[in-house]
Amino acid sequence: MASKEPEAAAEPVEDGAAAGAAEDRAMPAEAAETGAAETGAAGGTGSSHPDFEPKIVAFCCYYCAYSAADLAGSMRLQYPANIRIIEVPCSGKVDPVILLKAFEEGADGVYVAGCMEGDCHFLKGNFRAKRRVQAVKKILDEIGLDGRRLEMFNLSAAMGTRFAEIAEEMTERIRQLGPSPVRPGASAAARPATVPDGAAEHEAAGKQGEVKPE
Amino acid sequence: MIVAEPKPISEVAELVRDSNHLLIVGCGECVTVCQVGGEKEVEVLASALRIMWKKDGRKGTIDTQTIVRQCEPEYVAELAKKVKEADCVLSLGCGVGVQFIAEAYPDKWVVPGLNTSFGGGTVQAGVWEERCGFCGDCILHLTGGICPIIRCSKSILNGPCGGSQDGHCELDKDIPCAWQLIYDRLKGLGRLDLLDAVQPPKDWTASRDGGPRKFVKEEAMIE
Repeated sequence: MASKEPEAAAEPVEDGAAAGAAEDRAMPAEAAETGAAETGAAGGTGSSHPDFEPKIVAFCCYYCAYSAADLAGSMRLQYPANIRIIEVPCSGKVDPVILLKAFEEGADGVYVAGCMEGDCHFLKGNFRAKRRVQAVKKILDEIGLDGRRLEMFNLSAAMGTRFAEIAEEMTERIRQLGPSPVRPGASAAARPATVPDGAAEHEAAGKQGEVKPE
Repeated sequence: MIVAEPKPISEVAELVRDSNHLLIVGCGECVTVCQVGGEKEVEVLASALRIMWKKDGRKGTIDTQTIVRQCEPEYVAELAKKVKEADCVLSLGCGVGVQFIAEAYPDKWVVPGLNTSFGGGTVQAGVWEERCGFCGDCILHLTGGICPIIRCSKSILNGPCGGSQDGHCELDKDIPCAWQLIYDRLKGLGRLDLLDAVQPPKDWTASRDGGPRKFVKEEAMIE
């Protein structure tokens, strides 16, 4: 039975550590190799920053997206290694502070993945998450970080393929938007157009979001 | 409680433009309940400002502290250590809190992060409505517990006026006519006789007249 990368995925939500914590964890060599091949493919065409590997934090509800990630692993689906999964007991657990902290710590993109509307295990958690995401999007626009760097998705535990699609979709979107100006190494004077300083270390860190075969 | 609303982040950023060591102070009372100035909101604003500063390549520190009440000197005194390190204090308390901090630390630049709006209450999660205008001379016993001073757009004492349409105010169809509410409530309670008396013009001397108001309860004084 395949499972997703445990170190990256099973991390509890911690203020301030959301974006940075996953970076230091190494992947098993076999998974890193698989990921390296895929990274090139994920670069895609039509990106404004084709060589840029964004860091994306995904807050995944245990009852849907997190299980969907498991399923994606079982299905041997490939998706960009840019995703750092953080498991939450419900998307309604995600607070605006946590989302902003992720950006503050250097995440290029963040998304919250909750259950399909009407299917929340806790009844309304995903609706609350949706409102909070909208509120933080407004804040991001107001402070000049672009609200499109944050998104809310809904999926069920059976949607392994959709999970991989979302990872692709978000990675591509952030690649279009370019590196976060807050990212370590980026400065206001020299807004990175291609690969920022942090990207090299990211490459070395491997593929945290990758599914691990066997 | 005092209900306040956040100033736009861009406006707040401008207020603290010259600061290099900012302290954001939250309050654990009214503004925590109306979710604009409590511990959580302080952290959200701090994070947003830190992102702005990083984005602009600005060096500087943003610290936070939330105290029990900004409107009592003994709690404001707890800020001393952090205020000393800061060059600017951004208060997420109501206007009272901002002033108490400014009074306690005369050598510090203190700015407001909120617009203090009204005396009100929670009508549903996330929604607060005005109920009291702090007029200083309560007449709720005459009006069935519904305040015409604040809830009537004209603040009239012998309503309704001709603008009351189907129970709503002519100002906005979403505003219920206070005098319709008063009539319905008094009718339900069998106290329509209260409306027979014509109310004389209100004595506003207990309100904005004569400068800032002060209330002294001597038996509560310990010195």
